Amino acid sequence: MTDQAYNFAYLDEQTKRMIRRAILKGIAVPGYQVPFASREMPMPYGWGTGGVQVTAACLVPEDRLKVIDQGADDTTNAVSIRKFFQRTAGVEVTEATAAATLIQTRHRIPETPLTRGQILVYQVPIPEPLRFLEPRETETRKMHELEEYGLMHVKLYEDIARHGQIATSYDYPVKVEGRYVMAPSPIPKFDNPKLSGNPAIQLFGAGREQRIYALPPYTSAVSLDFDDHPFQASKAPHHCDLCGAKNSYLDEVITDDHGGRMFVCSDTDYCAGRRAAGQKGRLWSPEPQEAAP
Amino acid sequence: MYVAVKGGERAIDNAHAWLAEERRGDPAVPELSVPQIREQMALAVNRVMAEGSLYDPDLAALAIKQARGDLIEAVFLIRAYRTTLPRLAASAPVDTGAMAVDRRISATFKDLPGGQVLGPTFDYTHRLLDFALMAEGEVRVAVSAPATPDRVPHVTGFLNQDGLIEEAASSDALPPDLTREPMELPADRALRLQALTRGDEGFVLGLAYSTQRGYGRTHAFVGELRIGTVTVEVDIPELGFSVEIGEIELTECETVNQFKGSRTEPPQFTRGYGLVFGQSERKAIAMSLVDRALRWNELGEDFTGAPAQDEEFVLMHCDNVQATGFLEHIKLPHYVDFQSELELVRRLRAEVAAAARQEAAE
Repeated sequence: MTDQAYNFAYLDEQTKRMIRRAILKGIAVPGYQVPFASREMPMPYGWGTGGVQVTAACLVPEDRLKVIDQGADDTTNAVSIRKFFQRTAGVEVTEATAAATLIQTRHRIPETPLTRGQILVYQVPIPEPLRFLEPRETETRKMHELEEYGLMHVKLYEDIARHGQIATSYDYPVKVEGRYVMAPSPIPKFDNPKLSGNPAIQLFGAGREQRIYALPPYTSAVSLDFDDHPFQASKAPHHCDLCGAKNSYLDEVITDDHGGRMFVCSDTDYCAGRRAAGQKGRLWSPEPQEAAP
Repeated sequence: MYVAVKGGERAIDNAHAWLAEERRGDPAVPELSVPQIREQMALAVNRVMAEGSLYDPDLAALAIKQARGDLIEAVFLIRAYRTTLPRLAASAPVDTGAMAVDRRISATFKDLPGGQVLGPTFDYTHRLLDFALMAEGEVRVAVSAPATPDRVPHVTGFLNQDGLIEEAASSDALPPDLTREPMELPADRALRLQALTRGDEGFVLGLAYSTQRGYGRTHAFVGELRIGTVTVEVDIPELGFSVEIGEIELTECETVNQFKGSRTEPPQFTRGYGLVFGQSERKAIAMSLVDRALRWNELGEDFTGAPAQDEEFVLMHCDNVQATGFLEHIKLPHYVDFQSELELVRRLRAEVAAAARQEAAE
């Protein structure tokens, strides 16, 4: 079968329309999880089928697409999803955050601030922030309806009682416009402040769980906390060893078997941009080890 | 070390090439053809069609070949293909009473109208490896009986004449479509049956087995199991009548379950139902047991907390394409979330160590 046998961006127009309706509803009710008739995609559930469907429904031929996984453009699944849309939609692609009109992401928000008109699409494994407190969907939907979030606060309180702090480091729940508690997908809590008041449209797609939700531009998303234990965005207490950035989220890379390690920006575009502008980190040499032996 | 995670694109291309080579196996051994798989691996083909929700033996055989015999992967290939197909029409309900049966047995009556037809079953084979198959010997031609054009009445119909089994009222209500609408709970029986018939055979089997061992026991007898072909008819509005567009093979199982009555229902036999594409009798029997267990509420039984009674538990976890995707996705990179956990554990450990030091000092 040739690629021409498929519609632009793979999904047929009726399906895209159904997804766009869910997206619009999500934008109208920020943070509310809209059920949608998720389709089986040619990649497995868990690989970003929700994000891929949302991206497919939003793409127009003029778009410039960026795909990241763990902040990086060149991780295998990011490469695979980018290739999928190059093949089925023929859109232009980019690695530059600022140049992209639509960014599909898994587990990160880019370091470079997003701007008006951009769309950020998150891949979401478990859209329900209350799921690990209450496994039943029938119950959690009721809890959202009644704005009954006491269980979540009890959980956070128990964390503090037991560990002296809230022991959630990623997928840290936020309250949207004072109404719905929302799972921001497994981004590190370091990224949480970027959710709020963002000029870009943020869309969340959970394929297997058949849910779409959204944060329209400039929507408030407050990380849950207590007055005496305020939310803290945390990261490794280091600078990037390649570009020297002090305020970017870092990956830890094991470099030898004697405990040697280095810290590098998880956002590859941000790191490369800083190096191109002449910034240097502790281990940066002008001749990078481009090819592994 | 840092560059090792780069070069994803080349790695993917190379992996795919290697996979293709592995799929083919030793080129000195003749390649399997799709018709060979369709004809000689028919039960695997049936399972892929049933769980893939697409009746097409050739495509199912192709999927099995492409998936190197991994049936869940083959189901996934079929599902992904099915997504792209337009919905042209809905067929009229198939009439299993008019089924041309290859096999039809009842465990509840020794003999009955339509007869007991053993058919091509493993049931009474001795499970001894047949080394003659290694030598690829010719198969003896089986004797055949003339086909009978008569309808084969359902066993549950006989019980119903005496009012001994619950009434199954017919309905013209349009069933919901699991593949076009998001799953909504609580689900009606039609939706549950849809989910079960495409659910993973192993999962449905395990649940059914658990009811037999007491986790939501339903005392099931196989009232009837039938396998055969039925015609598929579609209404053509321009013509004003329905037209036969083909035949499909189905397995249908109706269980008859002992029932002593409840607060709302009199003592009578109750029903469990299974209907699956192809010859898939293990699946059809398992499905009918789970169907019956899920009906506790409408029959006024108690919810004992058994997994097979729990609609949300069963329906949300029976789909193997969903399950395998989410299970296997944990092998994708998670180093960003892992890093944040690493920081958290280091911080918590530092605090525990500091507290211990302080305690020792006091």
